[in-house]
Amino acid sequence: MAVQVKEREHSDVETEQLATGCEAIAEAIRLADVDVMAAYPIRPYDGVMQAAAKLIANGKMDVEYIVADGEHSQFEIVKHACAVGSRVFVGSSGVGWFYAFEAIAVTAGLRLPVVAICGNRALDDPGAFGTEHNDSLAVRDLGWLLPWAETAQEAMDLALMAWRVGEDKRVSLPVAIGLDGAFLTHSQQIVKIPTQAAVDKFLPRFDLGDRLLHPDNPITIAPQVDQDWLMEIRMQNDQAMRQAQTVIREAHADFKKLFGRGGASPFIDEYMTEDADIVFFGQGTLALPMKVAIRRLRKEGHKVGLVRLKWFRPFATEEITKCLTRFKAVGVIDRDYSFGSPYYGGVLYNEVRSALYSQEKRPTVVGFIAGLGGREIEQPMAQEIFEKTIAAASDIKSGDICHWIGVRS
Amino acid sequence: MSEPKETSITVEVVYRGIFQKTLAQRICRSIVLAARKRGHTGTAFARYGDSPERNGVPAKQFAVVAVNDLELEASMAKYEPAVVDVSIAVDDTLVKGVESWAWYGRQPIWKPIRKDGFLLVTSEKAPEEVLAQTDKAERPYTMGCVPGAASFAGLWVFKDDHTDYRVLGALAKVVPDWVRLDDVKALIKEQTKDEAAVQSAQYGYDGALLRAVKAGEGTSGHEKLQFAKPGWTTMRPGIVVDARKPGERNPQYKKYTARTLRPVVNFDTCIKCTMCWLDCPDECFEVTPEGHYEVVYEACIGCGICAQVCPVKDCIVMVDELKFEDNKDKWQLWKTDHDAYNKWFEQKSGVPADPKRVAHASTAAENANPAANPTTSTGGDD
Repeated sequence: MAVQVKEREHSDVETEQLATGCEAIAEAIRLADVDVMAAYPIRPYDGVMQAAAKLIANGKMDVEYIVADGEHSQFEIVKHACAVGSRVFVGSSGVGWFYAFEAIAVTAGLRLPVVAICGNRALDDPGAFGTEHNDSLAVRDLGWLLPWAETAQEAMDLALMAWRVGEDKRVSLPVAIGLDGAFLTHSQQIVKIPTQAAVDKFLPRFDLGDRLLHPDNPITIAPQVDQDWLMEIRMQNDQAMRQAQTVIREAHADFKKLFGRGGASPFIDEYMTEDADIVFFGQGTLALPMKVAIRRLRKEGHKVGLVRLKWFRPFATEEITKCLTRFKAVGVIDRDYSFGSPYYGGVLYNEVRSALYSQEKRPTVVGFIAGLGGREIEQPMAQEIFEKTIAAASDIKSGDICHWIGVRS
Repeated sequence: MSEPKETSITVEVVYRGIFQKTLAQRICRSIVLAARKRGHTGTAFARYGDSPERNGVPAKQFAVVAVNDLELEASMAKYEPAVVDVSIAVDDTLVKGVESWAWYGRQPIWKPIRKDGFLLVTSEKAPEEVLAQTDKAERPYTMGCVPGAASFAGLWVFKDDHTDYRVLGALAKVVPDWVRLDDVKALIKEQTKDEAAVQSAQYGYDGALLRAVKAGEGTSGHEKLQFAKPGWTTMRPGIVVDARKPGERNPQYKKYTARTLRPVVNFDTCIKCTMCWLDCPDECFEVTPEGHYEVVYEACIGCGICAQVCPVKDCIVMVDELKFEDNKDKWQLWKTDHDAYNKWFEQKSGVPADPKRVAHASTAAENANPAANPTTSTGGDD
């Protein structure tokens, strides 16, 4: 499947746009030549709806654009369209994502490579528009690939990766790209838009092969199976998720060759870690204030860096543990909650601790829950995260403690 | 009475889905409750894979009785016991073999019965006649016929015709170490306050006809039907299975073990109106070159709708399934030897093949089991 390309052959003809994360995703929909997209409005995902509708209205994009009567139908529509061989796009946010949950679960079970965005938003009640990762994370065990973007550029890049990886026959799994509400979905940044020719090289036509639902290829999809078949079917999903890491690496290598972006690793992005004693670990836009803090702390002489996770699922255990065992302490920042979990930590905190358990040399891991509901992570909060992590580095007992940051008493 | 030598006993009730669900449940519960009277403990459960069950499709419920809780534990987390001491078939046509939609293939009725175990069948027939339609035994067991026709009801109704009491009485006859007749009677007395119900248990005990079956006895006429279960490497990805092209029949979709009655067709009186072909819920009819409609017996569940919608009297007749050895269609016989076909039709259906003789037909009717027509029952459990 590896694409034969010359180094950076298309960089000279890239164009630039000032675009929100949602608009960048709409550009990716256009470039990927999506056949069917289903829409139902909920903030902040609906920015994509509007941006895509505008591209269609302006004659720049040709896609079957179906406005559903709710999120459940919305996700069912693309699931079925995908089964008949369409490249599809869908998305939602917060409780809208939850309303589609049944369709979301079966899409992974059916191995249909639906590409979605989840414009991350706090779950009602109380009503809140701001970002929280619990909507995306609710599907973490079901077989969806879950990348998270930091910038509008990365949102577009991950979307192109999503079709390439998800539709690969070795994977054939749905992908949901996490976009932090407001910080990313509605903030305009400079985005490099690749040429159609370059994207066509990166992204082959979608081909379901002999799984295509068509009168000429009579198949039954998803019959009742019971206990006699179910474990084998789950095993197939497990194997597909294992394959996904390989396929992501291949796609990442091709993407870098074609577009010159994507960083050293497809799974993590390291910032100022070479000589670091302690690092922060998180995903999405919280990397931005943490990088500001790191530059400030570095000036004060602290050896501190950031490891940003780009793919939560598949969780690249080997790569992540190899990276994190280089440091004395890791401060994991969760923009999510997992009430009643081990040490009352966030989802990411417990995933990281679990991954590190079998390592001979383990860093101290401290958990932080911050920025819920879209609360901004301000510099004094970053400072507090730093101080608590560095304290834990010298006193391992405090490593099992999780802290809520920036919460009023 | 001697104490049990084994530490537990497993009984299964094989029944017709929906129609006998309540009956099976009552039998299994009563086995445990009767055994409880002498200090044993037990559990009663259904094979969950059979529920939502379907009209007439063979299904199973179970009762396990043990001497104490520790012995029972080994039987508690079972989906379907692989070995049973007693199998109770509450409809005699089940002896032709069973296939629930979750079993992948036809199983001989005795498949889970241990060596020297028991097969109790509710039947108005003699054990010899029932044995003639039972798969050839691989190990010895004892067959017992509990007097009475198959008791069919619906999902929400129960036909209180004492079938359960007769079965419990017969069970006390074959495994007295576990279920005592006195305990069965006492239980029924408590539950019903009805002396006639108690007497039905005694009737089942006295009336059960037992016959020792040696290995090798039985018929080898039934189709062998087993499908392999694929592994995760051989299974198609995406929960995809092969389907049929238009006009093709699925060789793996055989539902005949759901059948208690089968339609036989008088091609002489058929007016080719297409009603049976149109209304059959399972698309079981094929058009013959002459434009008649012949039943594909491998696909037919015996629901009887064709006989109901047929406008010609006695053109499609529903006949006791135990009268047939195989699923071969008879249209070829009608074409090659018309008289032989008509003779066969009359012998099976008890109805004259020549409609002019209909006036004299009433005395010839030997069409058994009219009460067992499943179409009179309603309801599916979704």
